[in-house]
Amino acid sequence: MIDRSPRGAGAYVLAFGPGLMLAVFFLVPFGIMLLVSVAEAVKGGAYNLAFDGSHYARFFTPFFGRVLGFSLFIALLTACICITVGFPFTYALTRLGHRAQVVWLVFILAVLSLSEVIIGFSWSILLSRTAGISNLLVWLGLMREPVAWFPGLAALLCGLTYLGLPYTVLILYPPLSRLDPELPEAARMLGASPLRSFFTVVVPAMRPAIVATVIMLFVFTLGAYLLPQVLGRPQHWTLSVLITDQAIFQSNLPFAAAMAIFLMGVSLALVLVTSRLNRRAMGSP
Amino acid sequence: MNRTITNLGMGLVFSFLIAPLIVVGGVSLNAQKRLLFPPEGLSLRWYGELLTDLAWLVPVKNSLIIASCSALLALLIALPLAYFLWRYRVFYAKALFTLGVAPFVLPPVITALGFLIFWVTLGFYGHMSAVVISHGIFFVTLPLVTLSLGFESMGDDIVEAARSMGADERMVFRSVVLPLVRPYMISGYAFAFVLSLNEYIIAYMVAGFTVETLPIKIFNSLRYGYTPVMASVAVMFALLAAVVFALVARFGDLPKLLGKV
Repeated sequence: MIDRSPRGAGAYVLAFGPGLMLAVFFLVPFGIMLLVSVAEAVKGGAYNLAFDGSHYARFFTPFFGRVLGFSLFIALLTACICITVGFPFTYALTRLGHRAQVVWLVFILAVLSLSEVIIGFSWSILLSRTAGISNLLVWLGLMREPVAWFPGLAALLCGLTYLGLPYTVLILYPPLSRLDPELPEAARMLGASPLRSFFTVVVPAMRPAIVATVIMLFVFTLGAYLLPQVLGRPQHWTLSVLITDQAIFQSNLPFAAAMAIFLMGVSLALVLVTSRLNRRAMGSP
Repeated sequence: MNRTITNLGMGLVFSFLIAPLIVVGGVSLNAQKRLLFPPEGLSLRWYGELLTDLAWLVPVKNSLIIASCSALLALLIALPLAYFLWRYRVFYAKALFTLGVAPFVLPPVITALGFLIFWVTLGFYGHMSAVVISHGIFFVTLPLVTLSLGFESMGDDIVEAARSMGADERMVFRSVVLPLVRPYMISGYAFAFVLSLNEYIIAYMVAGFTVETLPIKIFNSLRYGYTPVMASVAVMFALLAAVVFALVARFGDLPKLLGKV
């Protein structure tokens, strides 16, 4: 048997170096952010350390409530669209041959890595009047003249779905490719149609993974910052846009920090709920 | 599911994912400085401009420096950590792993603001090194996950065999462990590299006004009107990512790297 307990300084150095890096550059910034969120804002982007809860009090204004409400709404809607499209797609993907899977995965990864800027730019062209798909519809005789479909809510949803879909596929890929192929087959043998075996066997077996994916997508979409600005109208700006705006252009770091802490609280709570749900699902047979 | 319906559904997803890229690819070929689709007159001049115009060349250079250095940093942090977590059983293993994955799970705007405040406090706001370190920390998750998969796929018996032949800890690592996890190191680096190249919000918050990366340059240009150069950047980025991931797939087992057993 291999000795599994770290012995000697050498072993600990392995974990100590990376641990220290992560602590200094990840935990410390969060600590500072927490401090800054209750600091006093000073004109010009600076702050004085203090205990000032007024930034948090600003959450209770109608404006903030509207932005938060819209952010949650659009994130939830995007997560639902992505899972509805992404789940059957990923299931079909995992049933393909090895070669076809590799080709698809390379394509999905390439789309996943596209910058939000590029996605926003691409969709704004695709939905534009001069170069967009409405031209294609005119050419086909389905429309009279080309129109611009952005900015607007539908354009924003397209962009966010485009951002989230590859992410959905990659989160669902491991659990779905591990799904025992005999499970849906057994249902088929018992006389269920393919569609019925999908909904009565595959979907219930994957419920924890589906819930986890929806929540991860929700958190991921909450962080979208560029698409609301490029594809949406000002009333479609999300909390992330507001945070950046306060930090960079209004030079109000404390208020930006307070909003970020709040957003983190929401995200962490959701992630914790997911892991709790998953643990319970795995605990029961 | 029914074969025809499946193919139709997958075809629709493919069209949705490829459509913007086709339009952007077409637009990038316009002969005039206008965004028309289908393009009027074919020309590659906008690709040339990307590689000759300093206004675009500097961001290209910045992005490549930041991506290559920060991916290396992420790998250097992730490798010892993943090795330690695989080699030793410690009670705080889960906490260490969570710390490595956390930056990636939260909405990036939060991490970005954390970095902004951190670098402002230290006085390194606006430095390229600050962007490199921030990206390095943010993307640790990717090599950490691929390396953990790599270590897990390696049985204990192979290490035991090496030790029974008299190899010490260091020799086992160098001659047995390292060659076996090399594909996972490469893919972890590739993931971090490509994603760093495309990352916007952290780079913007940490040094957006002094170190212009390509995504920042594109976003800034969006305000002054669209040019076909931006479309050519988008095409190059998509192609580069496809090439990198195709290479990863060529030299490693991509489905396995992404978590298939």
